[in-house]
Formats: sequence, C-alpha cells, structure tokens
Amino acid sequence: MTAPVNVTFRIRRYDPASQQPPAWEDVTIPYTHGMTVLDGLRVIKETRSATLAWRSSCRMGVCGSCGMFINGHPRLACNTQITELGTSLVTVAPLPNFDIIRDLVPDLRPMFDAHAALMPHLIRDDVQEMYEPTGEYFQTPHELEQFLQFSYCIKCGCCMAACPTMATDPAYSGPMPLAQSHRYNVDSRDGGFGTRKQVLATEKGPWKCHYAGECSQACPKGVDPARAIQLMKRQLVFDYLRLYKQPCPSKVVPKPTEMKRRADVPEAPAPTL
Amino acid sequence: MLDNKGHPNRLGVWGWLGGGTWGLERYLYTLHRLTGLGLLLYFLLHIVVTSARAFGPEAWAASMGRVSGGVFVLGEFLVFAAFAFHASNGVRLILVELGFAIGNPIEPIYPYRTSVHEQRPLALGILVLAGLVLAAGGYNFLAHLSH
Ligand code: SF4
Ligand code: SF4
Ligand code: FES
Repeated sequence: MTAPVNVTFRIRRYDPASQQPPAWEDVTIPYTHGMTVLDGLRVIKETRSATLAWRSSCRMGVCGSCGMFINGHPRLACNTQITELGTSLVTVAPLPNFDIIRDLVPDLRPMFDAHAALMPHLIRDDVQEMYEPTGEYFQTPHELEQFLQFSYCIKCGCCMAACPTMATDPAYSGPMPLAQSHRYNVDSRDGGFGTRKQVLATEKGPWKCHYAGECSQACPKGVDPARAIQLMKRQLVFDYLRLYKQPCPSKVVPKPTEMKRRADVPEAPAPTL
Repeated sequence: MLDNKGHPNRLGVWGWLGGGTWGLERYLYTLHRLTGLGLLLYFLLHIVVTSARAFGPEAWAASMGRVSGGVFVLGEFLVFAAFAFHASNGVRLILVELGFAIGNPIEPIYPYRTSVHEQRPLALGILVLAGLVLAAGGYNFLAHLSH
C-alpha cells in the first residue's frame, strides 16, 4: 500500500473508574514514514489523549508486552507497520480472551498462573548441582532442536487471543502455557515429565485443543504452539500405552581442566544473581 | 497489587466463527464441533423415534410415518453430510493429534513456516474425501427420491 497522509486510529477505550462499558474512540493523526501501530499510539498519547493506556517496552518484538487486537488480528503493535495493514483505518482493541484492566491493557494473570501451574522449568533430582553447578548438562545439537523453536516464546498472549478453545473455555490452559510445558518435557536435561504429567492429564492439559492452528498462525515469533501441543499429546498417549520411555536426564559434564584462556578474551563478569 | 477485576472480554462462541488469522483450520474446527453436536442430536432423536417399536408394530408405523417425507429426507441428507465431514476430518485430527503430518520442530526463520502449513495438504485431502463421499451419497439420495 502507498503511504497514507493521515491515519485514523479507532481505539477501544475503557476506564474502570467510569462504570461505562468499553467504547470506540476515533483519532486521526498524520502518518510519518515507517510508523508502526505503537508509534501511532505514542503520538496520540503525546498530542491528543494523555489518558490512553497500553503496555509496551522494547519496541522491537522482544519483550512481549504490546500484544493487541489490530484490525481483527492479534499482533504486536511494535511489529506492525501501518502500511502493512493495507488501510488508513487502524482498529486497536485489547487482546480478547483476557479481561480488560484499562484501555488496551489486558489482564494476563490467568495466562501466567496457568504457565506456572505447568512447571515450565527444569525438574531434576540433583538440586544442589542446579544451584551450584560444577559443570554443564550435556546436550547434543539434535536434542536442542527438539525444543529450540518453542523456547523463542516471548509470552505476548497473541496465541491465547487467537485460540477458539480459549474463547469459550476458561479452564483451558491455552497454547502458550502448554507449549512451554512441552518445551521442558522434551528438554534432554529435564526429568520432570512424570511430575508435569499429573497436571497435563487433567482438564488443564492439551485435550481440549483440536488443532484450529490459529495459535501458530498468529504467533509473531514462529513458535508454533500447535505443533508443541500435538507432540505433547503424542507423548502422553504413548506414555499411557506404555510405549514411551522417558530418557534419563542428561549427565553433568565437568568443566574442562586442560583449557587455557586466550590472552585476548577477558574473564566473564561475576554472576549478578 | 491490582485490585480491579477487569472488564470481561472473552470472545465466546464468536471466537469460533472468526478472529485469530481467520484460517482454514479454524473453520474445520468449528464445523467439526457443529457437525458433532448435530450428529449427537440426530442420535438422540433416532433413539426416541425407533423406541416406538417397543410399543408394537402400529406405534412403530405411526412413528415412521411422522418422520417420512420432504423435509425429513433433506434432514437425513444433512445428517449424512455431517457424517461425511465429521468422519473424514476425524481421521485428520487423529493423525495430527498423535503428532503425524505436522513436521518436526524447526528453528523459526522469518517468514515462519508452521505445522499448519505442513498439514495443509492433509486438510485439503480430507475436504476432497468428504466431498466425494457426499457426492456419492447425494447421488444415492436422488436415485432413491426419484423412485
Ligand atoms: S507462543 Fe507466540 S503468540 Fe504465544 S505467547 Fe509465545 S510468542 Fe506470543
Ligand atoms: S491449535 Fe489448539 S491451542 Fe492452538 S489455537 Fe487451535 S485449539 Fe487453540
Ligand atoms: S514493545 Fe516489546 S514486543 Fe512490542
């Protein structure tokens, strides 16, 4: 599309103090070269409506704060060029399937609660080694490939807003938490499948997903949660049929002792955490 | 800590009909649900109608008489169409949900290629299969009607 002169933002506004339901507000601003939806919102906040609220931080598709419902699609506002939308009318609403806190700010807490409930972290017996490592957990490039794609998730919630199961079922954990649980289930350093299985076999698990595939199509990072969820089901079904044998979590490889630091490579800084 | 509960914004059944990326598989998902509910309703009616047999041949004949004729033939055809789609798509879902036809995890490089693209030929294949079953059944229905 050729760049427009002006662009009209149709924004879904909601003020919890007003007792009024959300309503649309139109604001027209001049288009500037390279303007993203997030840039437009900033111009509106600075010049037209100081009370407009949304979340954003990195402005480069990394932090996952700026998921919004833009022209009917869940997208990252910072990652969406106005020209890419093919129209000078930009409708911006908060991500659906989450309660609205204010204007464009969705309440993502249910997503993060579901995420935490599915234990998205390494579970191993050698707790001491995890906190005070004496070496590294061994992992081959092939083992890494089994979960690398899923680890690119920035927790923006766009997949949750696109999923038709999420639209009607508040008990469903949703694509992000499930994909992140699978990311750890297939990590060769992890031994937690048996523990996570206790939750995944319940209604919090992947069973209400019937491959509408929207989560994967909507994901701005190419994470493909639908793939993770189907592979998770396969693992759970094969496990139930006793056809899946969980490999032992990988062993610790001690730090190499005979290596010498090159003089031009500085020491790593001390850990900050 | 946030104390307001927020304004509800779940899409509800509208979220089955549209949203996300408006992809083909969303509509297969929705149609699968609707045809499933339709078939369930048909089975319940079927049990009610045929249970008349327990009350003797006259009750059976009267019950059958009530469900014959134009609109019920159309209804039966719709049930058949729902079956053709639900069964074919069910095969796709069994395969996909067991992790077949969706490809292996890959490193995401823009423009992203997802499992949805991987299984698209299967999705189109089941639509063709459902169409063939439906055409064969439709021919049969028409032949039956013309007698
Ligand atoms: S899977 Fe994709 S869409 Fe979903 S939260 Fe992660 S990055 Fe966002
Ligand atoms: S594939 Fe599953 S999780 Fe993803 S949008 Fe569809 S139903 Fe939701
Ligand atoms: S502002 Fe960080 S992802 Fe958009």
